[in-house]
Amino acid sequence: MINIAPWKIVLTLLVCAFGFLYAMPNVVGVGVRGWMQENLPGWAPSKTVNLGLDLRGGAHLLYEVEVGVVLKERADSMLQDVRKSLREDKIGYKRIGVIPGGVRVTLLGKGDGEAARRILRKSNPYLAIETDATGLIIEAVLDETGRREIYDQAMGQSIEIVRRRIDELGTTEPIIQRSGEDRILIQAPGADANSLKAIIGTTAKLNFHLVKDPGASGASRSYGFAEDTTRKIEVERRALITGEMLENAAPAFQDGQPVISFRLDNTGARRFCDVTRKNVGKPFAIVLDNEVLSAPVIREAICGGQGQISGGFTVQEANDLALLLRAGALPAPMAVVEERTVGPSLGADSVEAGKKASLIGLALVLVFMALMYGGFGLMANVALTVNVALIFAILSGLQATLTLPGIAGIVLTIGMAVDANVLIFERIREELRAGRSPISAIDAGYSRAMSTIVDSNLTTLIAAVILFSLGTGPVKGFAVTLGIGIITSFFTAIMVTRLLVVTWLKKSRPTGALPV
Amino acid sequence: MKGLRLVPEETNLNFIGLRFIAYAVSIILVAGSIGLTVKNGLNFGIDFTGGTVVEIQTPLSESAEVPDLAELRTLLNGLALGAVSIQEFGAPDDLLIRLPQQACDGEGGDVACAEVQQMAIEDVRRALDDAFAEAGEVDYRRVEFVGPQVGAELKQQGMLAVLFSMIGILAYVWFRFEWQFGVASVIALLHDAVVTIGLFALTQMEFNLSTVAAILMIAGYSINDTVIVFDRIRENLRKFKKMPLPELFNKSVNEMLSRTLMTSGTTLLALLALYLFGGEVIQGFVYALIFGIVIGTYSSVFVAAPILLNTGLKRGAPVAAEQAEGQEA
Repeated sequence: MINIAPWKIVLTLLVCAFGFLYAMPNVVGVGVRGWMQENLPGWAPSKTVNLGLDLRGGAHLLYEVEVGVVLKERADSMLQDVRKSLREDKIGYKRIGVIPGGVRVTLLGKGDGEAARRILRKSNPYLAIETDATGLIIEAVLDETGRREIYDQAMGQSIEIVRRRIDELGTTEPIIQRSGEDRILIQAPGADANSLKAIIGTTAKLNFHLVKDPGASGASRSYGFAEDTTRKIEVERRALITGEMLENAAPAFQDGQPVISFRLDNTGARRFCDVTRKNVGKPFAIVLDNEVLSAPVIREAICGGQGQISGGFTVQEANDLALLLRAGALPAPMAVVEERTVGPSLGADSVEAGKKASLIGLALVLVFMALMYGGFGLMANVALTVNVALIFAILSGLQATLTLPGIAGIVLTIGMAVDANVLIFERIREELRAGRSPISAIDAGYSRAMSTIVDSNLTTLIAAVILFSLGTGPVKGFAVTLGIGIITSFFTAIMVTRLLVVTWLKKSRPTGALPV
Repeated sequence: MKGLRLVPEETNLNFIGLRFIAYAVSIILVAGSIGLTVKNGLNFGIDFTGGTVVEIQTPLSESAEVPDLAELRTLLNGLALGAVSIQEFGAPDDLLIRLPQQACDGEGGDVACAEVQQMAIEDVRRALDDAFAEAGEVDYRRVEFVGPQVGAELKQQGMLAVLFSMIGILAYVWFRFEWQFGVASVIALLHDAVVTIGLFALTQMEFNLSTVAAILMIAGYSINDTVIVFDRIRENLRKFKKMPLPELFNKSVNEMLSRTLMTSGTTLLALLALYLFGGEVIQGFVYALIFGIVIGTYSSVFVAAPILLNTGLKRGAPVAAEQAEGQEA
């Protein structure tokens, strides 16, 4: 105990130096930090703690994507395919329809079962096909792989579109990630949740449909007007132009009204040219998310691939819609299922409160320790200070996120960090009472308290690890600082105070009472 | 410079002798807590029930006016969003508004239902903006919305977290000590957790995700305290082979009394600073922690050790983890 291996001393001092260096950017002013970032090499400490959304303000939004819509679409198109193939192969069926996640065919004759199943299998490789006892009703439903594939695709696409939309807004460092099967987590520091929601929540599926001639045959659909949903219009089911054919969209003005001017890609331009030439004098409908924006009459063939959409927009609406059209449509609608938004004022207040509480808490503990353990208490206080620096150094170095509960975790660690030293000092007192010499009392104090310290730290660490792995947001932030604090306090309480105590011992060679 | 003594150098309080009184107190506390929790229920926050909380700062502070809560209540309850509650939050012009989960007619599934909740929040914002239009702009300091599905999941996650950490801690104590120690420490830990939950049932303070974190933290602290006393009991079992067990237990608890109180003291000091200066948002969390640490300290002295005595711990049983002694010589 009295002799600490030189490498341990060096290591301890190095860790302490590391702690103070890497914690430093958090306390120096912005100017100094800027200087450090510019003039010091990359490995040098320049990072500050990464503040969580609850401290810097920002939006945390959890969206749920209605992937069921995509499944339904997929089943619909499967139905079309299968019906076509059945007709081509002259297989008689009584009924064919969509069921959740697949299609059901009711055949006329038993003999066609195998042929029908082959057609189904060809339409999608990931189908679970079941035939009922009569052999006439065949149900084909997407299996797990097929479902997962659709989910992954829809989620990947949604995330990509959301990212494009948020990037267009110019939000800094947003986090956009998939969460679970059908959710997307968006964390945008400093962003205003309302404008974010306005941009993200819109599906922005744009289609041009020809308005159906009264009396004409063929599949049709009825949509209401955006301005007045009771006014309906019957359009051809097949879309003439879809949003994917848009190459660009921008807000513009026409006769003083905000409109959106768009440019189509080659395929779209050709098709638009073709159809408009054949349908001069007829109206077509511009449908956005199942609502008709406008239904202008085609005056002449439109062949440049350019056009304008009017729809009684405000300037803001025209801007937003142009952004959405540029970024592309979401594959399925989605909605916020969890929101935690903190305004900048509350964030700033929380930072202030957290700072004040931590400093006062630290001061109280320092005073208390000095009163209770005298000179040894002061040494424990040095260790505690190093501990706080180390926590901030690790948080800054790892760029872990510090949240308000995280600050609570630090304060709690400050209170609990001294426990190891308390255990050691109490043990030293006991050994002294038992009649040991100062040096052997210190020696026994350290070595005997060790197993207790390990036990007590490990149990708390278990709780912290479980909190981290199972917790969400705020709880996680608490677990992070608590866990880091336990590890650093273990080091500082053991190594740092021991180094101090031993150095002091060697210098003063006490024979009488110890300052404990 | 010699330190002060929190307790006299050599105490000899008869904790074990008092154990039946302590048992009675603890049984009353635990039974009362369970009874209260069943009777009053817990005031679950939106983390678990779903719903919306909006914290605003009204623009009245400049004119030193105080918002008329009754008027606001009438206004917001007129929106037909269910029972909207408004309360002051920290300062007179700081308000906390709670909206209940909006009913969905079941059409359109989760996404459509979530849409309905969002519309309710927008309604409230519009109404508030209008109400304070003359005074200035309303500062929306915080909006928290949890959908019903997410609430149910968070509840499940919270319960799992509690369950797993209890199992983890039990496994650790089991591994380090004999089974009697494991059982006694888990009883003490459950005691603390149940009584803390009882406090929430009694005060009807909001029980949310951070409360679960607090309870886990209390569990960690309680076990920590208990393990330290047990460590000493184990050591003394080896040292004093002939001493009767009740006497030995008493001696161990007394020897650790100073440490137990010191560590609880520093932890409580730090928490007190957090409670007083840490801001309104985490006050509930810190309150739970403070209570839990007091209860955890009580239980490690008055509950854990006596129960260990009553588990029929025998001398001479192989003592695990003896090697821990000479680790850092």
